[in-house]
Amino acid sequence: MIFFELFYVFFLIGLFTFGGGYGMIAMVSEQVVTRGWISDTVLSDFVAVSQSTPGPFAINIATFVGSQTAGVFGAICATLGVIMPSFIIILIVAAIMNKFLHNRYVKGALIGVRPVIVGLIFATAMSFLFKLVFQASSTGNLYVPTATYRQSLTIFIMLLGIYIGYRKVKKKSPNPVALLGISALLGLIVFWIL
Amino acid sequence: MSKSNKSHRLINLFLTFLKIGILTFGGGYAMIPIIEKEVVEKQKWIDQSEMFDILSISQSTPGPVSVNTATFVGYRLAGFWGSFFATLGLVTPSFFIILLISFFYQTFLSWEIVSATFLGIRAGVVILLIDATIRLKKMMKLTPLTIAMFLITFLTISASFFFNLDLSIGSFKISLSIILIIVGIIIGLVATSLTKGEQKQ
Repeated sequence: MIFFELFYVFFLIGLFTFGGGYGMIAMVSEQVVTRGWISDTVLSDFVAVSQSTPGPFAINIATFVGSQTAGVFGAICATLGVIMPSFIIILIVAAIMNKFLHNRYVKGALIGVRPVIVGLIFATAMSFLFKLVFQASSTGNLYVPTATYRQSLTIFIMLLGIYIGYRKVKKKSPNPVALLGISALLGLIVFWIL
Repeated sequence: MSKSNKSHRLINLFLTFLKIGILTFGGGYAMIPIIEKEVVEKQKWIDQSEMFDILSISQSTPGPVSVNTATFVGYRLAGFWGSFFATLGLVTPSFFIILLISFFYQTFLSWEIVSATFLGIRAGVVILLIDATIRLKKMMKLTPLTIAMFLITFLTISASFFFNLDLSIGSFKISLSIILIIVGIIIGLVATSLTKGEQKQ
């Protein structure tokens, strides 16, 4: 049943999300895109939508996928699913707070999980980059260039230049909303020129 | 605490986290300073050092950091129902805004100006993810083991994306990411118990 499946899939995603929301994109892709609930392109677009709307990415993506798949009740099931592990785990931890925080095994597990999360995020970045330029051909498993690969590559290289320049000068990460604003503007300019 | 006092506190928790839910763009770590300001400075519900502990725990337990923090702060103030109303408040704005967006999403994308904008935004998202990788890499101790785990994760997940791997047993889909996260946890636990052995000697 779709409602139960939405709840279950997002429960699993909530249970295995550590740190920020970006680590979960790979999981959403595995569980949600392969089920045909949304496409990879929509997922990539939604990362931008979520950056520009209030609230945590996990809640936003759950509500969105639920609603696209099974309407308002689907959105409720997916959102409840993604919150539930947090809710249960924190209620348990709150009761035994201090012991938990200073437990060296908890710290050890976290140190172990970190390189995996970084790897997940970088793999997501590279697959999104790949999909700017290539798409699966309709015949078999081969990849062919997308219709807009020249524009996409032009924008990406310009943005990478801006990003590297900003980091060199300011020694910090750019504001994500400002970065997406510049990206959108470049999209408009390049789209009308090239 | 009297009954009316308690329900007053629950309403206050709900409204405060509703406000936090509306004000925070980008989610996750961007929310932390705003939660601190509301909960510690304005409402004075908990002090700075306890807030620091709560944030550490929220980052070390599964799930979105902001949901974890809301649940925790709610529990400290008013037990189970405190958790319930704080989390409900945090989630409500997101839920309705995204629901609205999802209804008009297809229509929006069919406009040429929107599709041109998204052409740029898709490239921007890649930069955001690269930036997240760089930021998180700083928090990771670089040892041969962690570098190996990073590379194994990166290569496995990239390969599964590239070949569109769909690993499933019946309707159950095997998640490579989850398997890798569990492996990371196990390696972390084993490494911890090994160092403990050394200290004892």
